[in-house]
Amino acid sequence: MLDLTYPAPAPKVIQGAKEDWELVIGLEVHAQVASKAKLFSGASTAFGAEPNSNVSFVDAAMPGMLPVINEFCVEQAVRTGLGLKAEINLASAFDRKNYFYPDLPQGYQISQLYHPIVGEGEVLVEMGDGTARTVRIERIHLEQDAGKSIHDMDPTLSFVDLNRTGVALMEIVSRPDIRGPEEAAAYVAKLRQIMRYLGTCDGNMQNGNLRADVNVSVCRPGDYERYQETQEFSHLGTRCEIKNMNSLRFIQAAIEHEARRQIAILEDGGAVVQETRLYDPNRGETRSMRSKEEAHDYRYFPDPDLLPLEIEQGWVDAIASALPELPDEKKARLMAEYGIKDYDASVLTADAESAAFFEAVAKGRDGKQAANWVINDLFGRLKADETALADSPVSAAQLGGILDLIGSDKISGKIAKELFEIVWTEGGDPASIVDERGMAQVTDTGAIDAALDEIIAANPAQVEKAGTNPKLAGWFVGQVMKATGGKANPKAVNEAVRRKLA
Amino acid sequence: MSEIDAETARRVAKLARIAVPEERLAPLAEEFGRILGFVEQLNEVDVEGVEPMTGVTPMRLKRREDVVTSGGMPDRILKNAPEAREGFFAVPKVVE
Repeated sequence: MLDLTYPAPAPKVIQGAKEDWELVIGLEVHAQVASKAKLFSGASTAFGAEPNSNVSFVDAAMPGMLPVINEFCVEQAVRTGLGLKAEINLASAFDRKNYFYPDLPQGYQISQLYHPIVGEGEVLVEMGDGTARTVRIERIHLEQDAGKSIHDMDPTLSFVDLNRTGVALMEIVSRPDIRGPEEAAAYVAKLRQIMRYLGTCDGNMQNGNLRADVNVSVCRPGDYERYQETQEFSHLGTRCEIKNMNSLRFIQAAIEHEARRQIAILEDGGAVVQETRLYDPNRGETRSMRSKEEAHDYRYFPDPDLLPLEIEQGWVDAIASALPELPDEKKARLMAEYGIKDYDASVLTADAESAAFFEAVAKGRDGKQAANWVINDLFGRLKADETALADSPVSAAQLGGILDLIGSDKISGKIAKELFEIVWTEGGDPASIVDERGMAQVTDTGAIDAALDEIIAANPAQVEKAGTNPKLAGWFVGQVMKATGGKANPKAVNEAVRRKLA
Repeated sequence: MSEIDAETARRVAKLARIAVPEERLAPLAEEFGRILGFVEQLNEVDVEGVEPMTGVTPMRLKRREDVVTSGGMPDRILKNAPEAREGFFAVPKVVE
């Protein structure tokens, strides 16, 4: 097994007015299961449907309706757990979390407080500068999403759409192992990447299919290490929870702001009050959710409508054996197999499609060169044209064909870029294009010599200077390239110049 | 065992959205106390190492395939709503 090992990043330090502070961050990520139907009902999960059209009588909590679990959702939670190297609990159970809100018709959310389906795991979060944090996962549980309330369509009424109600969520809870805003964003991005590889969550944050609640506290340097040694939370500061963020940028900004707010309170001699806060992206600040005193008494109890969820080890093993190659393994393998750099391997494994494209190009060819072309030329061009890889006008076979022409010295690197442009705009087989348009480089020493002889004859002064200044050889090479329309093999030209001017 | 007072009874009632007149709080607290007392009594039984029983017949949790079998009936879903507008339930304004 190939392994990636990196030193841990330095924790972010914020300078307060009086002293230095460090951050301690834990996240609860809500990932919508990529299922067709909801967790306990047969209503659709499709985004953007007419209000209240993806609602069954179960979701609307009509009297007498009973939940029946969607086995696919259970499987996705197990897959995600396996992808995070986590322990899978063969016996788990559902509890009711009781609270009243108009978008929760049942009056409770079915969740898994006491016996989650997935236990402890871990995620390697690379920071892109050669460091990485291993973030421990505490648990993953399955739960229902709530509906959506809209407050700005009427001055006196709130409008409620239950389409989201009952959609399956995986809540992924981390330990407080994250030490800065950038790490938090990188952690969510890594979870998204893993779940996309697994196909368990589409990771679309804009649609709310991936959201994060962030717990932030601050401490003095040294306190966190004492916590890690003892696992005693008393070494850490009081935390605040920032709810429901659906953008990596907001997560970073909210953490930064919240840490500074807490530091200001502490340096003023005050105490941070544990509470739930909301991030306001327009103002760039967090504010307290007007919390009622009893807001946090959810009176959990086992859901009497649902038997414990028992799954078989054989089923889990079958899921495990069908897991795709995950980002860390793929990255380590590409580095070892194709000799490419860490950074390039990260770019190429950002998603499974990019990696597959690269491998199709690199197979049997120079891996580094393939990586350069895929990343710089193809991805660069796709980005400039705002085109998805799936719609790339240049296929892996075509790009491979271009690399073969370079490899066999049929075309120069410079001509290859022109050829890439032609294939991009017109399509076609690279080798045929080179033949049809006479793009092959001239390796015929006779032709090169003839061109060079002409240049030497026409420039006696330069020839004389070249005798004392060897750097002038470059000028002759340039002239020959110009005379041959850039098609002369640079290596052959160099040799000819060296030979003739000697 | 923990004594249930009228204040706790008031809180529990509020959380459950059940209106309890002031004069009923003390008797309710006493009832709660008796129920909890009975549960405490059950707690005296040593169940160390005994699997919790979740049913009297061995049954496996029923599962469903991931197929859309319901929905597409907003009119029926909204039929009993005290108020509905443009396909939404309309409720007295709730703002965080």
